[in-house]
Amino acid sequence: MHYESNVREPLILGDKSYTDITNDIARPIETKAPRLWWIAFSIALTMMLWGFGCIAYTIGTGIGVWGLNKTVGWAWDITNFVWWVGIGHAGTLISAVLLLFRQKWRMAINRSAEAMTIFSVIQAGLFPLIHMGRLWLAYWVFPFPNQYGSLWVNFNSPLLWDVFAISTYLTVSTVFWYTGLIPDFAMIRDRAINPLQKHIYRILSFGWGGKAKAWQRFEEVSLVLAGLATPLVLSVHTIVSMDFATSVIPGWHTTIFPPYFVAGAIFSGFAMVNTLLLIVRKIFKMEDYITIQHIEMMNIVIMVTGSIVGVAYITELFIAWYSGVEYEQYAFLNRATGPYWWAYWSMMTCNVFSPQFMWIKRLRTNLIFTFLISIVVNIGMWFERFVIIVTSLHRDYLPSSWAMFSPTFVDIGIFLGTIGFFFVLFLLYARTFPVIAQAELKTILKSSGDSQKQHHDPNDTH
Amino acid sequence: MIHTDNMPLIRAIYTDDDVVLSAVKTLREKGMKIKEVYSPFPIHGLDKALGLKETRIAMAAFMYGLFGLAVAVILTAYTMNFDWPQNIGGKPSMTWGANMPAFVPILFELTVFFAAHLMVWTFMIINGLYPGAKEQNPDPRTTDDHFMIEVHSVKGVIDVLKASGAKEISEA
Repeated sequence: MHYESNVREPLILGDKSYTDITNDIARPIETKAPRLWWIAFSIALTMMLWGFGCIAYTIGTGIGVWGLNKTVGWAWDITNFVWWVGIGHAGTLISAVLLLFRQKWRMAINRSAEAMTIFSVIQAGLFPLIHMGRLWLAYWVFPFPNQYGSLWVNFNSPLLWDVFAISTYLTVSTVFWYTGLIPDFAMIRDRAINPLQKHIYRILSFGWGGKAKAWQRFEEVSLVLAGLATPLVLSVHTIVSMDFATSVIPGWHTTIFPPYFVAGAIFSGFAMVNTLLLIVRKIFKMEDYITIQHIEMMNIVIMVTGSIVGVAYITELFIAWYSGVEYEQYAFLNRATGPYWWAYWSMMTCNVFSPQFMWIKRLRTNLIFTFLISIVVNIGMWFERFVIIVTSLHRDYLPSSWAMFSPTFVDIGIFLGTIGFFFVLFLLYARTFPVIAQAELKTILKSSGDSQKQHHDPNDTH
Repeated sequence: MIHTDNMPLIRAIYTDDDVVLSAVKTLREKGMKIKEVYSPFPIHGLDKALGLKETRIAMAAFMYGLFGLAVAVILTAYTMNFDWPQNIGGKPSMTWGANMPAFVPILFELTVFFAAHLMVWTFMIINGLYPGAKEQNPDPRTTDDHFMIEVHSVKGVIDVLKASGAKEISEA
């Protein structure tokens, strides 16, 4: 029953027992935060507060405080929105798609990746809300009966599809994450000594006791949620891409957008997972669970999706030429050689060129190199959205309307603020939640643990 | 059949999942009824060994999904085609059928929304899970690395448990 080929690399290193896993995963919650954590938290908190100040200024004064103009009516806000949603995708990919494919290496990273999903979708959701200007009327995006002669929201509009897609995605990801957390909260509850801590984790764990029938249902629920989340995650970025693809702006009006956006989302998300996990495994000493093999797997996904994104860029160029549409051709020529050439080539270098290093095993198993590439990829993916949005808009049909976009301190402040907010949430999570799905991890200890594998008798098929 | 409800419970603690599984099989072969098994993680094959029925929660999720789809159909048809039909961007809006392709994303999202949320609510309710509920496991070690089999105190059960590899046996 616990048989696994000895050729496979162990997923849990060191001489671990079930209790060792419990202790290792409870340690960050039960011990004092390391100094590095406090430093990171202070920086993130400062950025977050600065961002909140900029948001308050925007809402108080109006979005005229941004660098937008008559031609470029969408810039950093939507760039940041798409960027954050894209980052979120990796969490669902890891927890849902890899569950359906029975990839056991997901178990060490799915919890943190899902946390990342939820926290980044929160950041993404902020931008359309702020961009509304009058935040207090945000509920108008939902189909409420109202006093304006039953004026309804427009279900034909991709922007409304986005509302439904993002809301569904955020809430379904949250329940998926929370369902998985319940047995792990119960573990923390059962070993808590401090009465306050015990009380809090009792509330959080919903009384979980690990009964046989509960586990049977738990596994079924996880599987069905994974089955639902898989098409959901693909639909979300597809719909985000339709915000652009269903318009008639040259450079946006392309049918390649849905698959290309989804691939780009996975690409940037896996890079962000790498950034976060490399920090988590170092600060909380999780090297035995998040192994070099895990990092290598992630890097392979980054390499594959980065190459898909590269093919999409080139296809786009080809189709622009092949379409014979002058405006379409100009939009792409302008991207590569116009005033925003530096953004285009930053995107090309970061997204298409840099992941190709991962073909080399020595580089994709090198932690420092991986960390650098993960940051480079996220910079590149931010530029990709900037290029798509701003360069397609800034040269309108009439040359008299041509304009450039330059961000104000408020644009920059809000963007930095969301990065700070994201890390504040993630750092708080890392200190209070079990960062690895320990109950799931225990199920593979006998088949994929290092010492268990060594003592394994190949003739014993038990 | 012996009436077991008022009998005292015997709790046996184990430290290995494979031993638990074989103990469950032995107990059932001897015709002894198992009240509950508590484990820190799902034991593969335990539900079959215990003779538990397949869970129907996936079927429930499917029904909830159909309900969500129906809600989406009614919502889009009522607002876009019945209550205030408008010509939006030259897209046909006079009948729901002609307008439907534009509603596919909404139909899909609401199906997933209802299926996922109502299934999780169902899961919580049928397992008696809610914020602040008292822990269901009698021994806190069973969320760490111990396993517990709970049986009714019928004749000879303690000997069977001992022979099956139980580390501790207690009466509750």
